[in-house]
Amino acid sequence: MSAPLVLGVSFGYLLLLFAIAALADRRAAEGRSVIDNPLVYALSLGVYCSAWTYFGSVGEAAAEGIWFLPIYLGPMLAMLLAGVVILRMIRIARTYRITSIADFIASRYGKSPLLAALVTLITVVGIVPYIALQLKAVATGYQIMTAAPADSGALVWWRDSTLYVAMALAAFTILFGTRHLDSAERHEGMVAAIAFESVVKLGAFLAVGVFVTWGLFDGPADIWARAAVLPELRALARLGSGTGEGGFGHAQWFALVVLAMLSVLLLPRQFQMMVVECVDERHLKRAAWVFPAYLFLINVFVLPIAIGGRLIFGMETVDPETYVLTLPLADGARALALFVYVGGLSAATGMLIVETIAVSTMVCNDLVMPALFRGRGFGAYSGRDLTGLLLNIRRAAILGILLLGYLYFRMAGDAYALVSIGLISFAAVAQFGPALLIGIYWKGGTRLGALGGLIGGFSLWAYTLMLPSVARSGWISADFVAHGPWGIEMLAPERLFDLAGLDNLTHALFWSLLANVGLYVGLSLWRAPGARETSQALLFVDIMKRGDAGEAPVFWRGRARIADLEALAVRVLGDERGRLLFAGGQAGQSTGHGAGPLADAQLVDRVERQLAGAVGSASARVMVASVVEEEALDLDDVIAILGEASELRAANEKLKSLDQMKDDFISSVTHELRTPLTSIRALSELMLDTPDMDEAQRAEFLRIVVGESERLSRLVNQVLDMAKIESGQAEWHNSDVDLGALIVSATGGMSALFAERGTAIALDLPPAVPPVRADADRLTQVLLNLLSNAAKFVPEGRGRIEVSLKIAGDSLEVRVRDNGPGVPSADRAHVFDRFRQGGDALTRPPGTGLGLPISRRIVNHLGGEMWLESEPGEGACFGFRLPLPPAPEGEKK
Amino acid sequence: MSATVLIADDEPNIVISLEFMMKREGHRVLVARDGAEALEAIRRERPALVLLDATMPVHSGFEVCEAVRADPAIRDIRILMLTAKGRETDMARGLGAGADAYVTKPFSTRELLEKVREMLA
Repeated sequence: MSAPLVLGVSFGYLLLLFAIAALADRRAAEGRSVIDNPLVYALSLGVYCSAWTYFGSVGEAAAEGIWFLPIYLGPMLAMLLAGVVILRMIRIARTYRITSIADFIASRYGKSPLLAALVTLITVVGIVPYIALQLKAVATGYQIMTAAPADSGALVWWRDSTLYVAMALAAFTILFGTRHLDSAERHEGMVAAIAFESVVKLGAFLAVGVFVTWGLFDGPADIWARAAVLPELRALARLGSGTGEGGFGHAQWFALVVLAMLSVLLLPRQFQMMVVECVDERHLKRAAWVFPAYLFLINVFVLPIAIGGRLIFGMETVDPETYVLTLPLADGARALALFVYVGGLSAATGMLIVETIAVSTMVCNDLVMPALFRGRGFGAYSGRDLTGLLLNIRRAAILGILLLGYLYFRMAGDAYALVSIGLISFAAVAQFGPALLIGIYWKGGTRLGALGGLIGGFSLWAYTLMLPSVARSGWISADFVAHGPWGIEMLAPERLFDLAGLDNLTHALFWSLLANVGLYVGLSLWRAPGARETSQALLFVDIMKRGDAGEAPVFWRGRARIADLEALAVRVLGDERGRLLFAGGQAGQSTGHGAGPLADAQLVDRVERQLAGAVGSASARVMVASVVEEEALDLDDVIAILGEASELRAANEKLKSLDQMKDDFISSVTHELRTPLTSIRALSELMLDTPDMDEAQRAEFLRIVVGESERLSRLVNQVLDMAKIESGQAEWHNSDVDLGALIVSATGGMSALFAERGTAIALDLPPAVPPVRADADRLTQVLLNLLSNAAKFVPEGRGRIEVSLKIAGDSLEVRVRDNGPGVPSADRAHVFDRFRQGGDALTRPPGTGLGLPISRRIVNHLGGEMWLESEPGEGACFGFRLPLPPAPEGEKK
Repeated sequence: MSATVLIADDEPNIVISLEFMMKREGHRVLVARDGAEALEAIRRERPALVLLDATMPVHSGFEVCEAVRADPAIRDIRILMLTAKGRETDMARGLGAGADAYVTKPFSTRELLEKVREMLA
């Protein structure tokens, strides 16, 4: 195919991506986000499938069989944890405006600039081979399509198309990712474009899969049948060890799955897409199965293509990693080949764009900015708008990273298969696992532990994996790999301490993670964390306990002038966004003394978090500290602040619920007052307007008016009563009360009413009971409430009410039992609620709905309790218990 | 002009006053004590007007009103909503449910009668 055609298609595709991104950005500006969609979110996670997947998997499968799979099983397993681990990461990142993995780890361990720089360095070193891999894939694809000479290493650099690919992608990424500075480091357009790329590469890969399986062969069964005849292919479909020497490599399989699980959480681009760009954490639910399904689909045709390629090309010199292109080309399907090439391009560009944007953010915030501050002091930049500077640093970082990738590609690219290069990078970012994943669950992890773990793990990674890969490329002596430095076999990088029998990756992973976790935990336990580490640990680990950041404690004390903070915010965030932070007027302001208004801790924290979104939390810390006077906190202060915060929260919650209760009460009272008022008003007006109303009618109306007036006054009295008791303003005239005598007199007072309704009353009282300390009038009120309540519900003419009194331990128990319908189970929980009356309005006897609640409050005030015992159909029984005063010494048994 | 008016309220004394007024106007009066009864009576009798209390047992007046408006057979029946709650949100809720008019308790009998006459005209 002609070079102009392939180049034209390539640039056309990139332009299309750009158009999609621009469209998404515009929609976002209009408030109609396209990426606020669980499917788009899940697809954007597909950035995991880079050129490695697209070309490398087939190569791996053609050589090793199903060993390409663990790299995809790992993420599938990781997504099972989505609801727990990833959700936690997303919430932490959003709450504290964390925009990169370096920022995340540094922030967790006290916003340590050193840790941020270390993580960034590890990322850059670890990720460069991976960048090289993508460049290699794009270059190879281009060469195959244009049938250019395959050996790019033979070309002088300025004629190497890979360099131009790298430059073009750098320009593209700069345009894509650094057009403006976002305090949440979100890139709507980029996410939309990446989601689109995920669709393209999946479509292209499925297309070539279908073409090979059903176009070149008669379906998968045909491929398998033909492969089974050839001994060298038979092994591919089995779970043999990598090199086919029999036996299944459990350790290696396990290592790869774990490695991929860590990578899908920790690779800069995955962190960017999954955590930073997550618009709504609810999208995670859908992504938890869509993303694994995506991985499944993109792997379905890997084996058929690999085996099909081997069958067609035999053991010829065609590189299996290029089968997806060479198979259609060999069959003359040029259009398909072009489509597949575009798919490969999208796999590689997707990875490159997101990875370089993520890493450039880290390089800028965690390496360059701190160095600038240290070199000339932050003061040197005073008065300057930093947004332009920040963007330029990022642009330079993007270019630098891509050029580093190109350099690695030129130096080592040809010696390695795509898969091996990728795995080196995976193993590097896996080193972040302990500090990050343990750190968000274990408050005991310290900065020292994290530093030690990372340095230890990374050093071993470099020694056991990176150095041998460099040696294999011929840059340093291979003897060193074979026999150890200075011939010391024990230190041989791929058989450290004579640990043999593992492949080099499993070996490296074992030693590096062992050292990493060991140092992390050991050093964390050895030295107690400082105040800032402790406070950050609390904020991170307890994230799920808080609704949002507003409720989190703020660990800051000092004096900060609002004017200084505002000036800082404007310089970093730009004029408009910086001022917006302070637009709340007096909010966040505390009393000032001459020097202008001062900011309170909440405002300082809010400003620092916004700055963290733009420059990283470690740099934001330095900047804020440079414009305010801070008190250094010690561990006791942290604990004190934490205590205050939780007290405050509890008090707030209590106030809120009291407020709610008061509102409910007022609205119920209003409702209850309106009902009798309505009758009174309507009937009185009718009588007034109808002079010729007949006497009987008028008398009935008047009777109702009187009755409703009584209801009103009862209600008013009881509401006042209730309010007094609740507010503690009621007067209590306590004396020694003989409860037996009280019961007799209360029932006596109601006997006329009982007789009228034909209700029998039975008393079951012991001859004498000890007196209780109580207000006799209020206790009578309780008894009358219970008796009239019972009287209302017993059947007319054959009602029966039993009142019993007995001594139960150190208290007296009174029960009022009736033979009414009982309380339905649904209402039982509410009988003591205010304005909750049993029965429906028609058959319900008159009452205010306050009798029982008031009674219960009286009993509670006297140190007792009131309850309901009721079986439906057996009548209701209300009981209460009052404590007896402690017996004098002499009477004790 | 005689029409059938359904009074749906769970407070007996309020029903008495409303019943007196409607009868004096010469209308035929039906009474329902809860939301379910009210709906049943509306379907059975197709009254010209419903005086509907907002807070009733079983189904609230709002629910009854929504059910009436959702049923093509009875959706044109005129509804005057009565409620003991006078807050604006309740008014909005009542009108949102599709009531033709809205009167808060305690109501003036004259105003209520005027509204009823208007609605039956």
